[in-house]
Amino acid sequence: MDLIESYKEELKLIRKPWTKFWVGLLILFVLLLPWYSPEHVTHICIIIFIYSIGALGQNLLIGYTGQISFGQNGLLAIGAFTFGHLVGHSIPWPLAMISGGLAAGLFGLVVGFPSLRLKGPYLAIATMGFGVAVYQTFVNSETLSGGRMGLLIKKLTPVFSLSPTNFNYYFNLFMAAIFLLLTYNIVSSYMGRAFVAIRDNDIAAEVTGVNLVRYKLLAFFISSFYTGIQGGLYALFMGYVEPNMFTFMESITLFVAVIVGGLSSVEGAILGAAFIVIVPQLLSQYKGLVPVVYGLTIMLILIFEPMGLYGRWMKMRLYFRNWPFR
Amino acid sequence: MPLLEVERLVISFGGIVALGGVSLKSDTQEIVGIIGPNGSGKTTLFNCISGVYRPREGKVIFKGENLLGHRPHEVAQKGIARTFQNLRLFMHMTVLDNLMLGRHVQFKKNPFHAFLRIRKEELIHREVAEEIIEFLDLQAFRNSRVSDCPYGIQKRVELGRALAQEPELLLLDEPIAGLTSEEKEEMAYRITEIRGRYKTAILLVEHDLRIASRLADRMVALDHGLLIAEGLPKEVQSAPEVIRAYLGDEEA
Repeated sequence: MDLIESYKEELKLIRKPWTKFWVGLLILFVLLLPWYSPEHVTHICIIIFIYSIGALGQNLLIGYTGQISFGQNGLLAIGAFTFGHLVGHSIPWPLAMISGGLAAGLFGLVVGFPSLRLKGPYLAIATMGFGVAVYQTFVNSETLSGGRMGLLIKKLTPVFSLSPTNFNYYFNLFMAAIFLLLTYNIVSSYMGRAFVAIRDNDIAAEVTGVNLVRYKLLAFFISSFYTGIQGGLYALFMGYVEPNMFTFMESITLFVAVIVGGLSSVEGAILGAAFIVIVPQLLSQYKGLVPVVYGLTIMLILIFEPMGLYGRWMKMRLYFRNWPFR
Repeated sequence: MPLLEVERLVISFGGIVALGGVSLKSDTQEIVGIIGPNGSGKTTLFNCISGVYRPREGKVIFKGENLLGHRPHEVAQKGIARTFQNLRLFMHMTVLDNLMLGRHVQFKKNPFHAFLRIRKEELIHREVAEEIIEFLDLQAFRNSRVSDCPYGIQKRVELGRALAQEPELLLLDEPIAGLTSEEKEEMAYRITEIRGRYKTAILLVEHDLRIASRLADRMVALDHGLLIAEGLPKEVQSAPEVIRAYLGDEEA
């Protein structure tokens, strides 16, 4: 039994002592991981951290607000190139990173405008158009994309005499943790409530006083900001940006992450990000199979476990909690 | 000055006149019953007042201000709350969250409080939500998802969500339809209680004439988008036009 003594207690991020214990254990594990794992595993983890930021943003949009966007590859590109150009003009990286996010956020508003009129598949197609258009713009404009070689970006120099991989691990872990906390906070606030209300019943939300235009655009802005930051971090990690990193496949990938991880669950977004990073790694011999696997998993998940990996996890937990009773 | 004044509201959908110039008045803390056969325009009237539909002609004057052309969320901010005929709840949210969303209009919304987990405002409104939970007897369902609650509870949650807005005018669209007779009595009692506690005026659409006439101070009857009778509940129910609207002509 959990006894709650005040309303304030109920608003805490972690409520029960046991959860505190498990979360502590998990944090310890994640912090110690790079010291015991082979380098390529650390490398995969870094990419998972980077992708989980975008997946969290997409989940806010698709899972919580119920709007769909396939323009994420365009927003990734905008975030990454804004970051790249600004860093190239010797602007400090944190500032450039935030500018990249904001630039993506502003374009996200443009992507969001159709959402005021369109729903479901129509919105998907409208936003898809944006993604493809941005990609083509970058491919065809050498001034924007930095030519055939792309833009080179100076990597961060490791501190505390960490190896570059370990430094990147902790750096991206830190960034992902910030966005994870931010997402938890948004979701549990009045804002998150308004988002879910729009998803569940937009007419009722409007009649109860939720400004549909403002909150839909806000959802697009926030999720695009996340995506822009993902683009920036990815560029920083790779050390260069070029347009072909942001094909339409990237939008699909983020979408798969959200569906596989579980709609409207923060933890699910992380699991989904892990899925979309690990699957191509496992299939590195057969690159052509990756989209096939994505398609199949989406179908299977929607049929058998609409709540995604997170839903499966919840059911398993419930099973063990009630064991040996059913 | 009446609280709400609806003047000659006209709205039509593709040639069908849903409201053909309906006028209506409601004073503060007055319960006005609206009756009429199916398709007579009762719900359309509510949709016009709450801003979901845009009437072609007419005025909706609330506290001396014309509401026509305002978006639904603006109407809500001015102090009009409503319930729906076929529940429109946020099915995947808990009962408590549904009520807290009703507080949305009263919330001081600061994005940075949301981002940084500053929850002062949340606690203030939680108190109000808890009062409503107590008033509507929802304690046992506070943290369950609305979609898991039985129909009677869902009806109460929707009423609670409207009450949480602290409205001056409450539009209730068939609040007791589909309830058991026991629940009906409870709901009827609560509707009179609401007026006493929250000092709201109520527009009440209801098909159960027995309960509607007991609750309403005044009653109006609609048929085919026209106002056919107005007055005390008893008068309206015995008016020949109303009887004709419900039962048809003698010759026919």
